[in-house]
Amino acid sequence: MARSLSLVAGDGSRSAKISQLPNGLGERWHLPAAPSPTLSELFATHPRDGGWAGFLLAQVDSAKPLLWVQDRMAILETGRLHPPGLPTRNLIHVEARDARDALWAMEEGVRCSALSAVIGELWGDPRALDFTATRRLAVASERSGTPCWLVRLGGTANLSGARMRWRIASAPSLANPLDGRAPGFPAWDAELFRARGSPPGHWKVAYEADRFDLVAAPADRTMGEGRRLAG
Amino acid sequence: MPHLPIERWAKDAGSPADNPVVLTVEGAHGPVIHAVTKAAADRGAYPGARLTDARALDPALIALPADPEGDTILMERLTRWAGRWSPLVEIDGFDALRLDISGVGHLFGGEQHLAKDIQRRFAALGLTVRIAIAPTAAAAWAMAHHDPGICDDDIEARLASLHVAALRLDPGTVRTLERLGLKTIGSLIEVPRLALSRRFRGAEDVVEALDRALGRKAEPLTAAPAESPPHAALRLEEPATHPEAASQALERLIPALVRELEQRHLGARRLSLIGYRVDGSVAVGSVATAIPSREPKHLQRLLADKAAALNPEFGFDAFVLQANWAEDLGAAQESLVEEPSGERELARLVDRLTVKLGARSVRRPRPSESHLPERASEWVSALKNSPSPQPSPACGRGGNKPQRLLDRPEAIDVIYATPEGMPRRFMWRRAVHDIARVEGPERIAPEWWRQPSSARLRDYYRVEDAEGRRYWIYREGLIGDGRGGLPGWFIHGLFG
Repeated sequence: MARSLSLVAGDGSRSAKISQLPNGLGERWHLPAAPSPTLSELFATHPRDGGWAGFLLAQVDSAKPLLWVQDRMAILETGRLHPPGLPTRNLIHVEARDARDALWAMEEGVRCSALSAVIGELWGDPRALDFTATRRLAVASERSGTPCWLVRLGGTANLSGARMRWRIASAPSLANPLDGRAPGFPAWDAELFRARGSPPGHWKVAYEADRFDLVAAPADRTMGEGRRLAG
Repeated sequence: MPHLPIERWAKDAGSPADNPVVLTVEGAHGPVIHAVTKAAADRGAYPGARLTDARALDPALIALPADPEGDTILMERLTRWAGRWSPLVEIDGFDALRLDISGVGHLFGGEQHLAKDIQRRFAALGLTVRIAIAPTAAAAWAMAHHDPGICDDDIEARLASLHVAALRLDPGTVRTLERLGLKTIGSLIEVPRLALSRRFRGAEDVVEALDRALGRKAEPLTAAPAESPPHAALRLEEPATHPEAASQALERLIPALVRELEQRHLGARRLSLIGYRVDGSVAVGSVATAIPSREPKHLQRLLADKAAALNPEFGFDAFVLQANWAEDLGAAQESLVEEPSGERELARLVDRLTVKLGARSVRRPRPSESHLPERASEWVSALKNSPSPQPSPACGRGGNKPQRLLDRPEAIDVIYATPEGMPRRFMWRRAVHDIARVEGPERIAPEWWRQPSSARLRDYYRVEDAEGRRYWIYREGLIGDGRGGLPGWFIHGLFG
C-alpha cells in the first residue's frame, strides 16, 4: 500500500521500530498498513495544514474513480478540491451540507466496490460523528473492500471505530536538488497513535512524485539518526 | 365547461348561489358581462351584454371584475388533471377541454361510464361540464356546446338539427347563413358543395368547417407526442389520505413499469411519480439516473424518498409512474454479466447521491481551457458527465499545482524584502507564517478577451513556512502597471 512513500527517519517507541523495520537499511521500509481495506482516520495537526492530502493521495490507487466528500465548513476553511493538483481526474466530488450528509454519502460510497477509495473531510467535532457512525463505516468498508479515509480537520480524537488513526503534520521538505531556496519533495511527520494489529509509532515520511517507487532517503542528518535508532 | 369563470368565483368567494353577481371585463364601450350567476341570469343578465343594459333591467346586480388569467391557469391545471382519463388532452378555445379517448373507453367500462365518471369528478370540484363524445373533434365541440351527448357513427343525422353556429363559424358568416335560410347544419349539408364553396371563401370557409365536423377532413390534436412514454397507472377505489399511500402505490407500479420497459427494450433515465388528488391538483416527484436502468430495486430506492414526500392533502385517487425519458437498453445486457460491472455500480451510486443531495452537490471535474487556476477545472453534475480516463498532466510533473483551492482568494499581509522580490513572511487569518523556502514567480496573465481591462496579472509563489506547511500565494499586479495602486497579496491554495 505504501509503495510510494519513503521512510526518512523514525523515532518514538523503539520496539515499534524493530518490529516494523526488521531489515535495517537497504531493504524496503514499510509504513504499517492495514492488512485489508478498512476505515482509517486521519487528523490534521493544524487545520490550515493541507499536508495530509499528499500523504493520503500517495496511498490511493488511482486506477478506479475516487469519491471525495467535503462538508461545507471544510470547504470554507481549507478550500475546495483542485483537480489539476490531483493524481487523478477520475473522481466524484460531493459537497455535503453538514456532517450528517457527508457521513451518509461516505457510507453510500463505501458500499460501492467500484471505487478505489472514499475520502471524507469533516470539520471540527460534529455531533453526527460518533462511535456508531465510524463503526458503521469501518464494517461497510471491510465488507466491500473499499478503503475509507476519514479526515478530521480541527477535531479532537474522541471515541472512534476506525482501525488505524493517524496524526499528520507537514515537515520541512527535502532539499530541492535544482534550487536550494525552493521547496523540495514533501515530507510529513506521521504519528500512528492507534492501530489494530500493529503497534503505534512515529515516522518521518517523504514522497517523491516523479518515480513511483521507494527512493533512497537522502544522506542527511535525519538519515543518520534513523540508522542509529533502527540499529 | 360553460360556467367555469363564475363557478370558480363562487367557489373561491364561498358565496351563496342566489346572489345576482356578474363578472365583467372591459369592453370597447364600458364593462361587458363575462359570466353570470343563475340568479343574475334570471334577472335578465347574459354574457356578452353590456353592464349598463343589464343594470337598467335590474339595478340590484352586483358587478365584479373577472379574472381571465386565473381562469386560464385553472384550465391548464385541469388539463393536466384530465391526464387521468387520456394521455392526449388539449385546451380547446377558452372553455373546453378536448380528450382523445380512442381506445380508452373500455378501461372505464365503456364510453357511457367514462362520461359519467368525468361528470362526477368535475361535479366534485364544483364545476359543471357538458360532455359530448363524437367521432370528430369538431362534432364533439358542436355537441358539447349545443346538444351534449354521445354520438356513435352517424354524425350527419346527429348534427342535422343543430344550429349552424355549432360549426364554430364567425358571427358574420352565421348571420349571412341565417339570412339565406340555412339555419341548421342539416339544411347546409343538403346544399351542393360547389355552390357553398363559391359563396363562402377564405376565412369564412363553411365547407371546410362542415368537412371537419363530418370527418371528411382530419383535425389532429396539436399536442400529440410521437410516442407515449412508458408508464404504469394505478387507480384507487377510495381516495387514500394516509402519508404512506404514495410509497405503497410505488411498490405496485414499479414492477408494471419495469415490465413495459423490458418489452420495449428501454431503460429509464428520468422518472416521475404523479399522484392525482381528488381536489383536481397533482403532485409530482421526479428522479434522474446516470445510465439507463430498469432494475426494480434500484428504481425503488431512488423513488422511495420522493414518494414519501408526496403530500396527499385531501387524498390521492390515482397514481401514474412514467419514464419521461428512456433510452435503449438491450434485453440481455443485465443477465449476461454475473456480477454488476463497475460502471453500472458507479452510476447507481451517483444516482443515489444525486437524489438525496441534489445535482449541484455531486459533481465531477472537467478540464477546461484556461490558465487561471479557478477556471482550469469546471465542475459539472456527475449525472451528465462520464469520467475522463486520462490522468491529469500535473501528476507526472511533480505536482506543482496545489491540491486545494480556496473558493475565493483571501487577502493576506505580506512582508517582503523588495516590492518586486520574494515574500518573507505573511499573515493569514491572524496567524503569522515565516516563509522558509519560496519558489516563483509563476506569472499568469489576465484573460483580456474575457476579463475587464482593469484585471491585473498574477505572480504565483509556492511558499513553505518554517513548519513545512506549503501554500500558494500570489501578488496581484505590478507597481506602475496603471491598473490600480499598490499590488495586493492573496492566498489561493494549499499544497499537500
